[in-house]
Amino acid sequence: MASSTQTERTATRPATDNLLEVSGLEKHFPITRGAFVRRKVGAVHAVDGVDFSIRAGETLGVVGESGCGKSTTGRLVTRLLEPTGGKITFEGRDITHLSTGAMRDLRRDVQMIFQDPYSSLNPRHTVGTIVGAPLRVQKIPTPQGIKRAVQDLLELVGLNPEHYNRYPHEFSGGQRQRIGIARALALRPKLIVCDEPVSALDVSIQAQVVNLLDDLQRELNLTYMFIAHDLSVVKHISDRVAVMYLGKIVEIADRDALYATPFHPYTLALLSAVPVPDPARRDRAQRERVLLTGDVPSPIDPPSGCRFRTRCWKAQDKCAQEVPPLRELASGHRVACHFPVEEAERTPQGRMAAQQAAAEIPPDNTAEPAL
Amino acid sequence: MTLGPVTSSTDLTTPAEEEASTVTDGKKIEGRSLGRIAWTRLKRDKVALTGGGIIIFLILVAIFAPVLNKLFGHPVNEFHQDKIDPNLGGIPPIGTWGGISTDFLLGVQPVTGRDLFSQIIYGAQTSLLIALLATLLAVMIGIVVGITAGFFGGWIDSLFSRFMDLILAFPLILFAIALISVLPPTYWYRVTVIVLIIGGFSWPYIGRIVRGQTLSLREREFVEAARSIGAGNFRIIFRELLPNLAAPILVYSTLIIPTNILFEAALSFLGVGVPSPTPSWGRLLSDAVNYYEYDPMYMVVPGTAIFITVLAFNLFGDGLRDALDPKSNR
Ligand SMILES: Nc1ncnc2c1ncn2[C@@H]1O[C@H](COP(=O)(O)OP(=O)(O)OP(=O)(O)O)[C@@H](O)[C@H]1O
Ligand code: SF4
Ligand SMILES: [Mg+2]
Repeated sequence: MASSTQTERTATRPATDNLLEVSGLEKHFPITRGAFVRRKVGAVHAVDGVDFSIRAGETLGVVGESGCGKSTTGRLVTRLLEPTGGKITFEGRDITHLSTGAMRDLRRDVQMIFQDPYSSLNPRHTVGTIVGAPLRVQKIPTPQGIKRAVQDLLELVGLNPEHYNRYPHEFSGGQRQRIGIARALALRPKLIVCDEPVSALDVSIQAQVVNLLDDLQRELNLTYMFIAHDLSVVKHISDRVAVMYLGKIVEIADRDALYATPFHPYTLALLSAVPVPDPARRDRAQRERVLLTGDVPSPIDPPSGCRFRTRCWKAQDKCAQEVPPLRELASGHRVACHFPVEEAERTPQGRMAAQQAAAEIPPDNTAEPAL
Repeated sequence: MTLGPVTSSTDLTTPAEEEASTVTDGKKIEGRSLGRIAWTRLKRDKVALTGGGIIIFLILVAIFAPVLNKLFGHPVNEFHQDKIDPNLGGIPPIGTWGGISTDFLLGVQPVTGRDLFSQIIYGAQTSLLIALLATLLAVMIGIVVGITAGFFGGWIDSLFSRFMDLILAFPLILFAIALISVLPPTYWYRVTVIVLIIGGFSWPYIGRIVRGQTLSLREREFVEAARSIGAGNFRIIFRELLPNLAAPILVYSTLIIPTNILFEAALSFLGVGVPSPTPSWGRLLSDAVNYYEYDPMYMVVPGTAIFITVLAFNLFGDGLRDALDPKSNR
């Protein structure tokens, strides 16, 4: 189990335990004006101080609404983007800022599966060219030829190896995503960042692709950072889950702990938004829903204190003044909230009471308590 | 216009195929590239095919002009004053249609009686040579500048974009007249200068298209995927972007050729084109202006040649665009 701080872990444990460690990671995209002389007029705080670690062989699910910085975090970890702050350690090595040459080597160990199976495959290349590209670029020796290596990869992801000469547009969304997976596997990476790999797919196909990733993980001893925008998708594949809101991690815990006893109001809200497949239970679930009202605030000018306060039914004055730190509330269960969800509140009645209590001490901001 | 990329955003294959993917179907598995699909579409477009046929015909005529002239014409600068009507001041040719006969297929020039057929086919040579060379130059500069601006963005993009605006706003005809008229009127000298001027001023049309396409392609995930496997800028530009730019480049090259043909004709018309005695459609037209009352056919013949050529390239270019644009109906 994770001890209280990340820095301690790094110092006391062997580096092999945590494949990836991220601390204080930041990415601010500058907003500029002017054609020739560019002035910086602000910044998008896409990722704003994120700490987490991923152990070798596990899957960390990362969940949050659209625009909360999940993809940006994934791109920082794969070093497709240059962090503006913080530190990324992979296998004990600092990879926060790498030279072009060192980056090339890192590519072999860290790969990415992309969100959109339609735009992630070059429409002018055949499947063979696409899946073989990593081998060519990295000059990986293929004793039986590149074609054979690619066909083995296609077979591994459940595609017909004879489709080697076909073009992406001849495949369905699910098959395209399998091609993307084959490409990510070509270099036999250790860590794969899966950026919403099933969001663009039909529900019927989502499970197939998730199961494939699950099987591959066991077969090839892979470590995943699995990004999704709702908690139901990551439930089966994740060992631990991190919940992000507006560029920050608000809660991170073992999967079972997070789903059973969420501490952050936002996690609770997300959990009650998880669709319930069984119609008999659906009615009850509907009634118990914590509805998230209002929009996510702009990452250009995030709210002071706790970023969730504009939509939180428990928000109080303190929430506007102090940034809640990520505290360990139970073993390995870390939450960034001044007033974590209590056991009683996990029922609708309890929430109602909490909301009323919060309403009696109205926060001095525009926050509207929502249920 | 988005050329190339997404064939359609909906799946053509059914989810059922998902499971069947590992089952080998009986028929031979051969990929159908977007190029092949475009060709299939183009083959069904009669108008574009007619345009393409005319273009091929014109190119063959230009290449085999000497042979054709031997068979059906007379030497370019041979005078046939016996074909000129002396009763009408020695100006118009004998006969109603500008002297068209089995011997002189397109009639003869007024006053001198030179064979118009040979003037037209050698004129095609001049016209196509200059237009194609100028287009080639424009495409090369356009690709380099467009990709550089679109791919690297930032101040490089701002700089190149303003530069392209500047060139497009340039009073080109005036500049061309001024420059060419002070240069020695020898054939290759003029051809080179004309090609440089036309190409040097029409590349921003290609440059803008390429820049725009590069800007949108750059954001597509396959570029990021290429980066994530360790590909450098060089490989991304040549292997990932260029194949996707080929279609729009092809279409817009085809569409600036007619503009360049007209430009060459205009320069010749204004007396700053290829020097006489090299035949040129534009110069024939400007010469014909002097005689239109006596011999209107003299104006109609080169005018029709220019018209048909320009129309053929435009029709073919439009057809090509429709065939390559996946958003148009299949
Ligand atoms: N290159 C960029 N330049 C400027 N802003 C960016 C850039 N990339 C992302 N952003 C901004 O950063 C924020 C986080 O974006 P990100 O793509 O990480 O969100 P996400 O959680 O992946 O959302 P989604 O679920 O829609 O994929 C967004 O507000 C987005 O507009
Ligand atoms: S209770 Fe306060 S700190 Fe906790 S989530 Fe709500 S607003 Fe944020
Ligand atoms: Mg995303």
